[in-house]
Amino acid sequence: MIEERRKERLDRGIKVTTEGIYAISSWQEMGYLLLPRLVLICGILVLPLVIPSLYWQRVISIVCIYSLLALGFDFLAHFVGLVSLGGAFFIGTGGYIAAILNTSFGLPPILTIPIATIAGGAICTLLLYPCLPLRGVYFAIVTLMYPLVMARIIEALDVLGGTDGIIGVASFPNRWIEQYGLLLIVMVSLFGLRRLVNEDIGLVFRGVKDNDQAVKASALSINFYKSIAVFIASSLGCLAGAYLAHIYMWSGISQFALDFSIIPIAATVIGGGGTLVGPVLGCFILVPISELLRAFGTLRIVFYSLILVAFIVFRSEGIMVYAQRKYHQFERWVKV
Amino acid sequence: MSSEPVLQVKNINKAFGGVQALKDVSFDVHEGEILGIIGPNGSGKTTLINCITGFIKMDSGKVTFRGRDISSKAPHKIAAMGVTRTFQIMRPYYTLPAYKNLIIPLFSPRARKAGGWRGGGKLGDRDTVCIDILEEIGFERDSFVPYKLASTLPTGYLKRLELARCLALRPEIILCDEVFSGLSMSEIASMVPLIERLQMDGITLIMIEHRLRELFRVSKRVMVLNFGEKLSEGIPEEVMADEEVKRAYLGSEEVEESV
Amino acid sequence: MDILIYGIINSISLALIAIGFALVYGISRLANFAHGALYVVNGFIVWSILNILHINYLLSIILSLIIIGLIGAAIYQFILIRVRGMAISEIIASYAIGLAMLEGFRWGGFKGMTYTLPVFIRGSIEIAGIPVDFQRILLVLIGGLVVLLLWLFTHYNRIGLALRGMAQDERAAMMLGIDSDKMALIAMGLGSILAGLAAVVILPMGNIVVEAGYDKLIMAIAVCIVGGLGSWVGAVIAAFLIGFAQIITVKYIASHFHMVIALLAIIITLVLRPSGLFGRQKELEERV
Repeated sequence: MIEERRKERLDRGIKVTTEGIYAISSWQEMGYLLLPRLVLICGILVLPLVIPSLYWQRVISIVCIYSLLALGFDFLAHFVGLVSLGGAFFIGTGGYIAAILNTSFGLPPILTIPIATIAGGAICTLLLYPCLPLRGVYFAIVTLMYPLVMARIIEALDVLGGTDGIIGVASFPNRWIEQYGLLLIVMVSLFGLRRLVNEDIGLVFRGVKDNDQAVKASALSINFYKSIAVFIASSLGCLAGAYLAHIYMWSGISQFALDFSIIPIAATVIGGGGTLVGPVLGCFILVPISELLRAFGTLRIVFYSLILVAFIVFRSEGIMVYAQRKYHQFERWVKV
Repeated sequence: MSSEPVLQVKNINKAFGGVQALKDVSFDVHEGEILGIIGPNGSGKTTLINCITGFIKMDSGKVTFRGRDISSKAPHKIAAMGVTRTFQIMRPYYTLPAYKNLIIPLFSPRARKAGGWRGGGKLGDRDTVCIDILEEIGFERDSFVPYKLASTLPTGYLKRLELARCLALRPEIILCDEVFSGLSMSEIASMVPLIERLQMDGITLIMIEHRLRELFRVSKRVMVLNFGEKLSEGIPEEVMADEEVKRAYLGSEEVEESV
Repeated sequence: MDILIYGIINSISLALIAIGFALVYGISRLANFAHGALYVVNGFIVWSILNILHINYLLSIILSLIIIGLIGAAIYQFILIRVRGMAISEIIASYAIGLAMLEGFRWGGFKGMTYTLPVFIRGSIEIAGIPVDFQRILLVLIGGLVVLLLWLFTHYNRIGLALRGMAQDERAAMMLGIDSDKMALIAMGLGSILAGLAAVVILPMGNIVVEAGYDKLIMAIAVCIVGGLGSWVGAVIAAFLIGFAQIITVKYIASHFHMVIALLAIIITLVLRPSGLFGRQKELEERV
């Protein structure tokens, strides 16, 4: 007979002692807490310096764009319980606002991007507001439809440049501003969101996800908090879209394309949902791979759909959750 | 009890499809009393609570709280006025520790206006308030229970957590949906004094119960519902002596034949 | 008059596309986002059989329906069964599978205007002064037949009744000895066959293009949501609503709005009445 065994997981001693405020008591413990964060921050900051070719530097910017979207998706899906498949909607809205402000009113990127972020977030929230009471699959389907509708409407009415899009958007003064600006935004959003979900309002968001009835019984309006959350996520998306418009110096219908909805989700699934770092990591893995495979044409879409299926079916926890577990816990086989 | 009633319910009607869940139910609740609502399964008790607290829209009828009409308000607004409820199927935030469950109601405008946390600006002040409330409702302060994940708590504590969530809002009325059900005799025995204390603190309670003996220990006035209709109302002994009530509870030949 | 005739044709083709999706969702609560892909894939399968194996048209259609049914069943058995019950994972997984199939075909060279299926019967007939070709009339007949057969199947056949039982209450059905996974497998196979059938009937009127996979999926979703997810009677009625709405907009406004109508229908329905015209999960999903 085969001996029956199970895997036992135990927290490492240092993890137990570094929980909470006691972490400052020794260098070892501080190192334990700081090391992963330092690796991440330094890695991101060094990246533009060590990558020589212009082409790959552009890829990093694209990675960051997707990271912002993925952050928004992860935040909405795992902390508020709204699965939004409409990343492209946010990108498109932000992109078009920035493009219009820049070409029609002559505002520089330093102004268009913040305005597009706030105004775009507000517009997206307003348009999505009627759908907020929907749950689960229904919200997902509706948000999937929004970017498609926008694209078809622009196409059909031939407004905002129609199928050609808006061309001649100003670019950034130089690539350092472009890249470091974007990298900083990603990091600020990442750490900001991580802080937010553990604040009181973050607990309310998680309450909405866990149990919206109880939140109502606690005298809090769930629609209000959902719309705040949607505003945060869509602002991130619009910020990314505005940035994208300035990078490509163009804004068009293809910003409503499904790519912007699918890749962030794939990145979140691969990186590990609910960790916020995971989606960023996922983008850093997925987008360069997809660039490498560009030569194969549409085969790359096949490729990353299959990765996505494999992850969602066989490793639904994702890389980051797995890595965190390895870092914080050790495992051993014990007899049952 | 001659004063103006705190909560007035007038002619509530509610139908689900073809089933009339509530038929012209009216009653008054007075300041500081504990009103028991009893009735067989499916008699519309929970629907009544849902209607009063706004979780279900009633078809017709009027609910007034301290003279203000609350009959078509959203649930969170009703809760913000001080009319809170517990759920029969407990609804804690499972992924949060027990004490953090209370941060959500404490975050509401009503609780913040009432003060009690963030007042002193001390670190951890808010958590202390949470633990205080939990202790008040029967969690052992110095044990690990308040820090356990809500998903790992036993039923008895979850029922208390439901009440604690209401308490965090500093309510004027709590509508309790079967707080005794699913508890062991000893757990109920420790719940009863809690309920009495809430009453002494000036909170008005409406309790839906199946455990009549325990209910009658705390409640001096009960109302009986059957098939969505109010059968009778009065002090427990009188109500239970009522022929119709007996029939509703024990069943009678005519009823059984017709079913 | 032409609105009536073309409206009916358009509606029936929408119903044909959507009914497979509605069936799968109704029975196993599985939103099969690979539906549009299966539709296109079957078109390519028939084309390949016809042009590579050179068999009889009718025979190759039957063969292709069997193949597509097996593909659908395989997708369920090997992939979707593992994410069963996690609605979002189901959607993402099935969508990704559809994406992989479609883009795989595109990469394999199946693109452009060169892929067409022959019509069943050539020629056309004039109805009230409007020429209608036989393929479209056949489409209406087949569409009606499919709905009728499906109704008979689910009302008088053991498996059909079991499927209906599962659609109503999965747990209760399991207690009565109905194997829920097996039934979902059958449903998925059947749904794929219906998608394939729709492709065989509709595709001869145009080219087989990969993009149709996405468009037909959206159409199927639109019809099913307006009709109420899971209710295929609702889906048939919704198909007529959307079908006529499309034809009318195309005639009086612009043909660009063909798609916008479907998309707006989804959004408006979900916002106003999420359970659709005939949906039954109101209490479950709405809870505003």
